[in-house]
Amino acid sequence: MCENCGCANSTGNVHLHTHNAPHLSQPRQVEVQEAILAKNDHLADHLRQKFHQQGILTLNLLSSPGSGKTSLIERTLTDLGLDFSIAVVVGDLETDNDAQRLRGKGASVVQITTGSVCHLEANMVETALAQMNLDGVQLLFIENVGNLVCPAAYDLGESARVVLLSATEGEDKPLKYPTLFKTADVVVLSKMDIAEAVGFDRELAMENVKKIAPQAEILELSARSNLRLGNASIQSRTGLESWYDYLQQRYQMISSKKTSLEAIKPTSEMIFSTLK
Amino acid sequence: MHEVGIMEQLLAIATEHAHKEGASCIHTIKARVGDLSGVVPEALAFAFDVTAKGTIAEAASFEIERVPAQCYCTTCQQLFQPSTWIHECPHCHEMSHDIRQGKELELISLEIS
Repeated sequence: MCENCGCANSTGNVHLHTHNAPHLSQPRQVEVQEAILAKNDHLADHLRQKFHQQGILTLNLLSSPGSGKTSLIERTLTDLGLDFSIAVVVGDLETDNDAQRLRGKGASVVQITTGSVCHLEANMVETALAQMNLDGVQLLFIENVGNLVCPAAYDLGESARVVLLSATEGEDKPLKYPTLFKTADVVVLSKMDIAEAVGFDRELAMENVKKIAPQAEILELSARSNLRLGNASIQSRTGLESWYDYLQQRYQMISSKKTSLEAIKPTSEMIFSTLK
Repeated sequence: MHEVGIMEQLLAIATEHAHKEGASCIHTIKARVGDLSGVVPEALAFAFDVTAKGTIAEAASFEIERVPAQCYCTTCQQLFQPSTWIHECPHCHEMSHDIRQGKELELISLEIS
């Protein structure tokens, strides 16, 4: 025990801490009441404001590894590259394979290599954007690290969160990983061209998404084909067209500048905002 | 395991407050963790043991106050406590997405000297 202050931060008579400040004889209580992720959230708010002012629609794409995030962005660049100026920030633990795949498609791409960090944080996005010219950019895709758990807690300043669930993963992923699905604005059922082959029960998957994420819009598509999917009201559209419609609508909301910043905050932000 | 990163943030805030108060030792850290926060209290406690080493909070006791989920049903206009991640109103069985409590991830207070 420390002879000066009575704290347990010492062994025998050996101090493990310095008394650079005089101890009060009695330990005292200090109220803090601060959100642990406040720093990240403030920066995310700042980024969102910046994107909003520049008329950029920013989408945070989240899913398990291998659900088709890069393929969907790749296909979107191919199909919308002439209509929109698109930028992509890609997060992975190692390699710039995804960024290499996306380069040469007319978009500016920056890879974030996180090393051992299992999610992206707002400061990583800010650093990546410093290497990018955002002038004239209309759509910004942030491809998060493939992980259905950790990225959920980190606001990146996005306008919306898109969570992918691929046909090969099984219908019960929303029930197993509810935290992330709870924060989704859109859930994309991907790889639906092979759904039948892998025995994916579409109705059950839909039901599970609706149970966990009643707030989310559900889209079904395949980045590899022009599948006609979806419910009766959009029978005339292919899955990809429904995705492009969604992007167009959201982009209009932001670019019209008539929409308030509050109105474009993603679901996750609304949930977390009560705590800031 | 993002709990280590979250604990590093928590300790940074705690240390900053302690220094501001002129303290050189943190005896107790009290945190609030909501059941919907995506943070596992046990993992956070483990992360504390690892992360606090060599800091002024090394010998501190780390206490977690858990906050249960609470939702609001717009149809029934009342609060309810969901028992699972499926936030179905027990009265009208509508799904709620209006989360009023359970996302907390906060540093409540410190005991310092």
